[in-house]
Formats: sequence, structure tokens, C-alpha cells
Amino acid sequence: MDTHIVERLAEFINNGELNAEMIHVESEHSAISAAIGSEATGVRTFTATASQGLALMHEILFIVAGMRLPVVMAVANRALSAPINIWNDHQDSISERDTGWIQLYIESAQEALDTIIQAYKIAENHEVLLPVMVCLDGFTLSHVFEPVDIPNEKDVNKFLPKYNPLFKLDPKKPVTMGPIGFPDTYMEFRQETHEAIIRAKEIIKKTNTEFKKSFNRGYGDGVLETYKIEDAEYAVVAMGTICGTARVVVDEMRKEGKKVGLIKIKCFRPFPKEEITNCCKNIKNIAVIDRNISLGNEGALFTEFKSAFYNQENKPIINGFVAGLGGRDVTKEHIKKAFERTGKTNQTEWLS
Amino acid sequence: MDDKIAGITTEEHFASGHRACAGCGAALMARLALKAAGKNTIVVNATGCLEVFSTPYPETAWKIPWIHGAFENAAAIASGVDRALKSLGKRKDVNVLAFGGDGGTFDIGFQALSGAAERGDNFCYICYDNGAYMNTGIQRSGATPKYASTTTSPAGSKIHGKTEFKKPMPFIMAAHGAYVATANIAFPLDFIEKVKKGLAFNGPAYIQVFSTCPTGWKLGGGFTIQIARLAVESNITPLYEIEKGVVKISKKPSKVIPVDEYLKSQGRFKHLNESEIKEIQENVDENWQKLLDLEKNKSKMC
Ligand SMILES: Cc1ncc(C[n+]2csc(CCOP(=O)(O)OP(=O)(O)O)c2C)c(N)n1
Ligand SMILES: [Mg+2]
Repeated sequence: MDTHIVERLAEFINNGELNAEMIHVESEHSAISAAIGSEATGVRTFTATASQGLALMHEILFIVAGMRLPVVMAVANRALSAPINIWNDHQDSISERDTGWIQLYIESAQEALDTIIQAYKIAENHEVLLPVMVCLDGFTLSHVFEPVDIPNEKDVNKFLPKYNPLFKLDPKKPVTMGPIGFPDTYMEFRQETHEAIIRAKEIIKKTNTEFKKSFNRGYGDGVLETYKIEDAEYAVVAMGTICGTARVVVDEMRKEGKKVGLIKIKCFRPFPKEEITNCCKNIKNIAVIDRNISLGNEGALFTEFKSAFYNQENKPIINGFVAGLGGRDVTKEHIKKAFERTGKTNQTEWLS
Repeated sequence: MDDKIAGITTEEHFASGHRACAGCGAALMARLALKAAGKNTIVVNATGCLEVFSTPYPETAWKIPWIHGAFENAAAIASGVDRALKSLGKRKDVNVLAFGGDGGTFDIGFQALSGAAERGDNFCYICYDNGAYMNTGIQRSGATPKYASTTTSPAGSKIHGKTEFKKPMPFIMAAHGAYVATANIAFPLDFIEKVKKGLAFNGPAYIQVFSTCPTGWKLGGGFTIQIARLAVESNITPLYEIEKGVVKISKKPSKVIPVDEYLKSQGRFKHLNESEIKEIQENVDENWQKLLDLEKNKSKMC
């Protein structure tokens, strides 16, 4: 699924349009490992993967984040085996939520392009220095033909200046990267990484604002985006391309006089708790649609979304729905059903 | 600056004071390899004893840039370093050296190493072979010699240690078209020459260094060099190079000693019976003859 991305990049390189080295690795495990080597040597690095490939990277994802290497990776979101299935859901990247990567979920091809550019600026910020996963729905986005506006190179270079690593492998200034941390130091490393990803939220927002200024395009406040939420009593919450369909459903239901809106979570890590509770002040019922399932519990977004309200006084009623696993279409009817069922159920419902 | 003792520079890039066991072969191996590579070198290190004893944060024994990622990916990280240097236009100024233990090379890191060699990535990979997963408590690896007792191939009353001979990694790497050499910490000049050659080679280089582990082999710390020398003199681990697929033996013992001389002082072999020692001797003789034949015939291995 990531194949289209690397195929186009290979064409750019082989036609002399992109000045870059491409390492034709034998596995995703080696792809992300080679990314560690190149990023640590002071070179901006990109890779792309999906599904089983991302799962194979799992061990190394922690290492990229722990070593504070600002790698950017596109994930064409796809289901995990078994049964083997090559179609879209969010199980692959959701299962990597604790690795320390910033995770941004995408709704359109234009947003994918714009977010990749922003991702480098976020990742490489010396206050952040963390890798970013740009998660785009497999097939629905990775194999779609949609016109996109490609910003010109000069403007992008102005927005995203030359890479300036804080540390790199350089014989002129030797550093030791990736030492062993004993129990007396390990926890501080973890805490610092945690604080960095929390700090990243404001930088993601700032980068979105700057991008808007430079290119006249923005995506909500950078961490979440709302649609017709101001006077809404009902809201649907989702990530990725489901949001496109949900916008249409909101419009249709509004025509019927229903006060409905959409909250699109763009940034899943760091999780934008305050932004969520702030935009839900007047909403009574919320339907969270997950394109993943934490087997034995519920959708991951549902769990996390609810937790944002734990210390709030006026909590909305929040229901969880699982939809679109393994490439099952998420239709307007599914989203309408989620709106209708909120407040009428107390267990996770499957829209299938 | 470049003072030399017995032809070896006195410049040190691997500091003393690290936490290796007394008599650790891997520590000596790293020190010698860095003497060969010099200060304009980036080191990639797989997880294992060497990485652990040399970098207890906030200490480090490495005076040159060094990176560690995981157990099985040193070769892939080295590929990234190699290509990054290339894209920065600095490839000619900097050496890339990777270190992996036998577990990180023969077993779990084999795929990454094979991939890097197939791509022709340009770095020198040194496998320090101490014949087991020492860092985690002496478990059997694909490099453990037959009949050696390890914690996962113990010398029991029914099964006498490891049941297989060692994986022929140098030949496998030669088949990839890499510059290949075997070396031994008891032969520092030979090792240093080979590291220099491996680094100068325009493509992948693989050097397998016999590195004594007194702790894992149940051997006194004072015998590190002595036992390493016996390994060569008994033809257990011959020293040779494979360049462009052609074998060249670096050292032919003037008088070959029986394997028993090598085996008997190590606790890991103390359970061996006569027929097992005989089997090891036959295997060593056979491998040595094969090497002589390969050298004589100049048959290409890739
Ligand atoms: C994927 C993975 N499995 C297991 C380990 C635990 N581990 C760390 S080092 C090591 C053994 C290393 O053996 P070797 O490569 O021979 O190096 P040595 O310790 O002998 O120097 C193991 C099993 C790990 N770090 N990663
Ligand atoms: Mg070992």
C-alpha cells in the first residue's frame, strides 16, 4: 500500500527530480533501521509502510522515538492478519500508539501532501525531536486519484528550511547514541520523551498556523478539526477518510433540522484532551467511530475520548462504534445509524 | 602523533575503564579494530556484550561517533549511515564500521547483513565471535562449536552439549561477493591489516574475529590470548581471506597441534569423550583440507 509512494519516489530519483539516496531494503525492519542510521548521520529521512510491515517495525519504532530521531513515515493504514486482508482500517498504526511517535490521521490527498511537509517541521523542531507517522487510509487515500495543489519548491524551502540536527554522527564531534540505560537513568529518558510528545501538541498547532499563512490551507487547529459543531447537540467523532463521508451526512441531517456536527481527530498522539473537551461543551450525545478494535475491550479512540472527560463536570453521553474493518465500506447509513444510536445503547456497537 | 609499538599505533579510540570481564576478547577486538580504522570512523554496534559494557549511560568508552539500535539491525543501520554520508558528499572521508556478536550476526541479524551485502552497501562488518549469546548468559548460537556446553545446550547425561557444527558464515558472505576475512585477537597485526583492507574495499566487507570469552568458556581470564592462539595452531579457526571469491590462507601453522590441546583447558568442553574429540578432529582436518583445496584450485566462491 505504501508501494505507490515509494514507486513514485523511485521515479523522481531516477529521473533526477529528487536529489536523494534510496536504500532498497530487504524488509521493513531494515527500512526503519536504515532510517535510524541515515537520520542519525544528519540526513532528512522518509519511509513508508503499512499493515504487516508496520507490525514488523514495531520493535524499532520505540528505538527511533527513544533516540529522538525525527524520521517521517507515511503509513497507508491497513488491517492486520489473520485472516490476511490488504484493505483499510486503522489497526496497524493504532497498535503502535505507545511507541512515542506523533500520529497524524489524514482525510484527503491534499491533506496528506500538506501534512508530510508539516511533519518534518514538527519532528525536527528542537523542542520536539520525535518521529512522525502520517497515517493515511489504505486504498481510500493511498490509491486514489485526486487533484492536489503542489506548492512550489521555493515556498516549501522557506517554510521548511534545511535540516539542522541537534546531534549527529560526526567524527569532528563524536557522540555516543543509543547507550544502555540502567534503572537509575532509564526512567528519566522515558519521562523526557513523554514530555517532548506532550510539548509537541502546541508545535503541531503552530506549524498548522504557519502553514496556513504560507499556503492558504489549514486543517482545523492542527490537532483536531470540527464541522458544524458550534450549535450541535449530537456529534460524530472519527479519524481519517470517514470524516469526508461524515461531512456529507452532517449536511444531510442538518437539512432535516437535526443539530449534528463532526469532530475529526487529526492528532491521535499526543492526544488532544483539552481541545476535545473545549469543543464539546454544549454537545449532549457523541458517537465515536473506531476503525480499529482493542480486542477484549473496545475501539481505542472511544476509550481515549471518554478519558478526556473523566474530570469534567458535565459529561456528554459517549457511545462507541466499530466500523470499516478490513476494507468494509463505511457508508452514510452507518454514520446516520451511529448518530441515531447514541444515548440508546451502553455497549460498543458494530456498524457492519 | 602516530607512535607505534610493534607496528601498531599507540593512539586509542576505545577507552579503558569500561565494564568488560577480565580477559574479554571483544574489548581487545574493538580496541584493535579502532586502531586500524582511525578517528574518522562511525561505529554501529549491535546489542550484545560489547555494546553493554562500553556504554553504561552516562559513561562511554567510545571516543569516536558510535550508534546502537537493536540486536539484529546493525547492518541495516550501517546501510543508513553509509548512504547518508554518500548523500552528504562525505563518503570518502569517513569509515563505517559495524560490530555484531555471533548471535547478532549468524542468527538474528543474518537477514539484515545479507540484505546490506546484496545491495553492495559500503561498510566493514566485524563479527566478534565468542561462540554464544554471552550477554544474556551463554545461550547457544549458530556459531557455538559442536559439543560445547551452553545454558541452552547443556552437557547432559543424554545429550552432550550442542549437536551441530558451526554455520559457515565466511563462505556464505563470500557468496554475496563481499571481501571476507577471518581474524583472531591473538594475531593483532593480521587483524589490523584485514580491517584496513575491509574498509578500503569498495563494497561490503565481512570480518569474523575469534574473540575469547573466559566467562562463557569457563576459562581463566589470563588465558585469553593463549587459547586464541591455540585455536589457530590447531586449525580450529584458520586465518584466511576471500577476495573476489578466491581463498587465500593467511597463516599455515608450521606444526599443527591436536584439537584436544585447545579443548581440554575449557570448561565448556570438559565433558567430551574420546569419540567426540575424534569427531571434532576429523571435522577440523576436513575443513582445513577444503580450505587448502580452495586456495590451490583458485575456484571462485561468487
Ligand atoms: C530481538 C532481541 N532478542 C533478544 C534480545 C536479548 N539479547 C540481547 S544481547 C543478546 C545476545 C547477544 O549475543 P551475541 O550477538 O553473540 O553477542 P555477545 O553478547 O556474545 O557479545 C540477546 C539475546 C534483544 N536485545 N533483542
Ligand atoms: Mg556471542
